[in-house]
Amino acid sequence: MLSENLWFHNIYCFLYTGDTAISGCSNATGLLPESLNWMPYYIAGFSMVLVLINIFMAFGALYTYAERRLIGRFQSRVGPNRAGPFGILQPVADGIKLLTKESMIPDQADKPVYNLAPIIMLIPVILVVAVLPVGEGTFMTDLNIALLFAISITALTTIAIFMAGFSTGNRFAMLGAMRAVAQLISYEVPVVLSTVGIILLTGSLSLVDVVEAQAIPFILVQPLAFLIFIIGGSAEMNRTPFDTVEAESELIAGYHIEYGGMKFAMFQLAEYASVLINSAVITTLFLSGWEGPFSFIPSPIWFLLKMFFMAFCFIWIRATLPRLRMDQVMSFAWKFLLPLSLINIFVTAIEVLIFGVNGTFTQGDLWIISGINIIVSIIGIVIFSKILEIDSGFNTQFKVTV
Amino acid sequence: MYGLGIVKGLLVTLKNFVRKPATINYPEQRAPQHSRFRGEEFAWYEERCTGCASCAKFCPLGIIHIETSPSEANIPEGDSYKLEAFDIDIARCMFCGFCVEVCPYDALFMGSGFEEAQYSRQDLVLDKIKDQREGKNKSPSTWFRPQLEAQKYIPLSGTEMKWDDAGREEWTYHPTKRPKRDLLSWRNKNFKNKGEN
Ligand code: SF4
Ligand code: SF4
Repeated sequence: MLSENLWFHNIYCFLYTGDTAISGCSNATGLLPESLNWMPYYIAGFSMVLVLINIFMAFGALYTYAERRLIGRFQSRVGPNRAGPFGILQPVADGIKLLTKESMIPDQADKPVYNLAPIIMLIPVILVVAVLPVGEGTFMTDLNIALLFAISITALTTIAIFMAGFSTGNRFAMLGAMRAVAQLISYEVPVVLSTVGIILLTGSLSLVDVVEAQAIPFILVQPLAFLIFIIGGSAEMNRTPFDTVEAESELIAGYHIEYGGMKFAMFQLAEYASVLINSAVITTLFLSGWEGPFSFIPSPIWFLLKMFFMAFCFIWIRATLPRLRMDQVMSFAWKFLLPLSLINIFVTAIEVLIFGVNGTFTQGDLWIISGINIIVSIIGIVIFSKILEIDSGFNTQFKVTV
Repeated sequence: MYGLGIVKGLLVTLKNFVRKPATINYPEQRAPQHSRFRGEEFAWYEERCTGCASCAKFCPLGIIHIETSPSEANIPEGDSYKLEAFDIDIARCMFCGFCVEVCPYDALFMGSGFEEAQYSRQDLVLDKIKDQREGKNKSPSTWFRPQLEAQKYIPLSGTEMKWDDAGREEWTYHPTKRPKRDLLSWRNKNFKNKGEN
């Protein structure tokens, strides 16, 4: 809870004057007079929010740099290395450039919606930070529906993208927005269903409970869900194998085609920060969150290390895979991911029925479940990729006949 | 199939990731340049040039500007023209090298430089007479000049190439016995007269 948070507690007690039984502080007098003892709560809370959001935004900005550098390395280039040592000031340079751009609004644009879209794009990303258990005791709030909250709030970006595409009055943007709605809604289904397995295993929607239930990381217990979550996640973030929403070769830039300057930067920042947020969610759900093998490294560092590793994987995937066609994207979601996630729920539910005595699992139980699930996922992937191949013409046009 | 292709692809990019980048960081590092590089800043030797204007005629773009006037000196030796202007507008040059190929007297060479950005178009017009006098004529490319390759001349080494070393040996029209003239004062006088008139 917020009051258990060390940071919040220290600032709060530093400012608060009054009854120690109410405040829970050791000191009775703080910096502010007693008449103002409603203020410390807001000041402490606000300072925490400010720092957390800014850290995530700074990570988002750094991530743009890291992505360009790493994609450069994946393509045997070096990437941006001019601004500052190793080009680390590149995001600053980009920011200055974008800030000094003229702010243009197209003639045909629906101005209020046009101006609102970048903000609505950025807000869900920031909101999700609230429920992330970044480390033991450093979470802002332990919502009992945190998982639902995170998934439903990130789905709001669809609305922002549609607003942006629709309000600019540009047909490319419109196409991109239509694609975004189709794609994001389709992928939302398998992503949510893939998390059901985890909810069944932990019996809770709270992300803290999820982390604490991971005697072994859930990537082993729920490999299929992990796969679906990663694929669906990159589809929801419009990243490369599924970036039909902003396909450069087809739609130029997709929904943000008419945006320039800082509004464009906000879209970009939201997209890059959402990669980090998504990595953080995956870390929490599948990589056992803040827990690490060595306890002398503090828990937030473990969390960030795992998060950056996931972000690296997203960059890696982006550097490797080509873009799919729109119909392939859709059929992949409905014909491959959806049945697999349903199978995953089915198998996990049976396992929970068999092993779960009072809803708790020993480590041995989890290893057995993990073995079964790995076998099931391999069989499922093989069967459904056969079906997908027969059905959707993935390979049929290019089959080589001897 | 079964997503194995994706795994293979990921491994390929990972291999690239751990490899050293293939990039040459240009201003600090440079790719090795061949000695036959057809670069800008043509090298031109006033002593060899007869003003025949073959280069100007063969240039597909017509960007070589030559002004000559009848020479009254050394007529028995075949010195029939004196040069008043030899300009190449490299802003439009495509470095095809025709002008170098056709020069019968080995007077014109491709250069070896390539960093010739200028602020105005006028600065891109090479005044070769002026350049030669200022000694900016140092590194002719060995392109279409087998005699330079035979001498193992490397343009980027920075060693100067003298006009009497630059020609082909079989060519006897302007042997080394060509009388040395005080070219500078001769030209200067001419230009002055022209300008005053
Ligand atoms: S290189 Fe080609 S284009 Fe350039 S001056 Fe010579 S003949 Fe003309
Ligand atoms: S450079 Fe060669 S081709 Fe051109 S005028 Fe002089 S001698 Fe003739």
